Amino acid sequence: MADILLSEAEKTFILHGVRDNVRNDGRSCSEFRPIELELGLVENANGSARVRLANTDVLVAVKCEIDNPPSNFPDEGKLDFFVDCSANATPQFEGKGGEQLAVELAALMSRAYQTRESFNLSTLSIIKGMKCWKLCIDVLILECGGSLIDAISMGTKAALADTKIPKVSVIGSDEGTLELELADEADGREEPLDWHHAPCLVTLNKLEDSLLVDASAEEEACCAAALIVGVSPNKKITTTSIPGHGSFLADSKIFARALNLAVDVGVKLNTALEAAIKKHQTLKPPPRGFLD
Amino acid sequence: MAGLQLLSEYGLRVDGRRPNELRQIRCKMGVFSQPDGSAYLEQGNTKVLAAVYGPHEVRLNRSKTHHDRAYINCQFSMAVFSTSERKRRPRGDRKSQEMDMNLNQIFESAIRTELYPRSRIDIYLEVLQADGSNFSACVNAATLALIDAGIPLKDYVCSCTSTLAPSQGGAPPTPMVDVNHVEETLGGPGLSMSTLPRLDSVVHLELSGTRLHLSHIDPVAEKAATGAADIMAVLDKAVRGHVAQCLHAREVSGQGADA
Repeated sequence: MADILLSEAEKTFILHGVRDNVRNDGRSCSEFRPIELELGLVENANGSARVRLANTDVLVAVKCEIDNPPSNFPDEGKLDFFVDCSANATPQFEGKGGEQLAVELAALMSRAYQTRESFNLSTLSIIKGMKCWKLCIDVLILECGGSLIDAISMGTKAALADTKIPKVSVIGSDEGTLELELADEADGREEPLDWHHAPCLVTLNKLEDSLLVDASAEEEACCAAALIVGVSPNKKITTTSIPGHGSFLADSKIFARALNLAVDVGVKLNTALEAAIKKHQTLKPPPRGFLD
Repeated sequence: MAGLQLLSEYGLRVDGRRPNELRQIRCKMGVFSQPDGSAYLEQGNTKVLAAVYGPHEVRLNRSKTHHDRAYINCQFSMAVFSTSERKRRPRGDRKSQEMDMNLNQIFESAIRTELYPRSRIDIYLEVLQADGSNFSACVNAATLALIDAGIPLKDYVCSCTSTLAPSQGGAPPTPMVDVNHVEETLGGPGLSMSTLPRLDSVVHLELSGTRLHLSHIDPVAEKAATGAADIMAVLDKAVRGHVAQCLHAREVSGQGADA
């Protein structure tokens, strides 16, 4: 994503390591870097999560708004993804510099969530054909050190798990417009979302005949092609994408292997993430944010 | 908000502070590894992240290079979820551009730019939660990030806001320090001052909101200046703590011996 300047020698060093299944930080090709997760640190949002994947850092916040349902799906709500590449991550994102990447990432996320299998939009309906919830999922990229979309998808799933929607009751109608009353946060009448089927996106980077899971920014700079696969916990692929200018040979074994590996890794990642979220929700540690 | 006053009859503010009380400041330097310097600062519920890149070579826009000093570039942005109402644009609106300009001017007068001719220093600020005095919190966070990046400053740049509560029952109006969001929306004048406390100089002063009688400017400005001096004490403690921690980490890992 961000420009990394690597010399031929550095690239060769990474390549030779990968041939022996050892990476710069001592991992094997199929291992993730340590992941840190924190929930509920944005006070102005209905749900939020921060994911730190070594030196990739994203903050995801979910805000609920009342909106009109889409005319072709009157009994469903809306998901709206917005990605903001903060200049804090790299000076290249200054001004409008991060916009292209932001649009790309937001489109990829909404595609991964488009299928009913990943997120049941009918749970967001308030009154069929008239009112629904719109979830604004805002992603803020604070540092990018590779595997950005993996971190974003984990953050989104965790933020959705952290989100509670206030209960709505109709208190009257006035010439076709409904008067709605939201339950107060204080009386605890809030409902959690059904987030368990949400997908995790896994990026696999191809370097010669090897496939790298969770590549660092330096490794991404050496790789010929990448494959992004959205995997739901029940082993279903919700989206695939080959970003950038690389390509895979269509009839090569490596492509099939990549898809299989992505599903394996994705399912494991979903399980680990769900366990981490559950642990967080039971222990409820006070948010430390960036002070740790 | 009916009946809400800047200062209650018992002399307490909407969040329970006394007029001369700052909100709690918590901060951390070196939160990120990729920028040359970074800092996180909380001033009450206002939360800001700052990142500094540089001094580095000017790559784009070479026309902005100065042959005798560094070119300072600041960008202020607010996360879309920073306010209670979702923001539509994180940056680039008029208000942010004005902030960029003010930040540029402040840091051009505080950084020893003459040491880095033909270079550029980028200062990026991201407001994660906005609860009043956002600009001041940004200046304070940027100071910490610049120190973390090892860029020579003339002094700490400390910024603080103040306002004036109207007079009650014949008593003179009370100036109040470090304005929060509720107090900002209640009206009243808002003064924002950035100072170099040890050099006793003011680098930025802005007055907004309702007008202020000439005779009240002095006490209100003085309040902001004392606030800034108090903030300096907090920042200084944080910097010393951070440096001691870094030194300790070096000694433990044994790198300090020959460095």
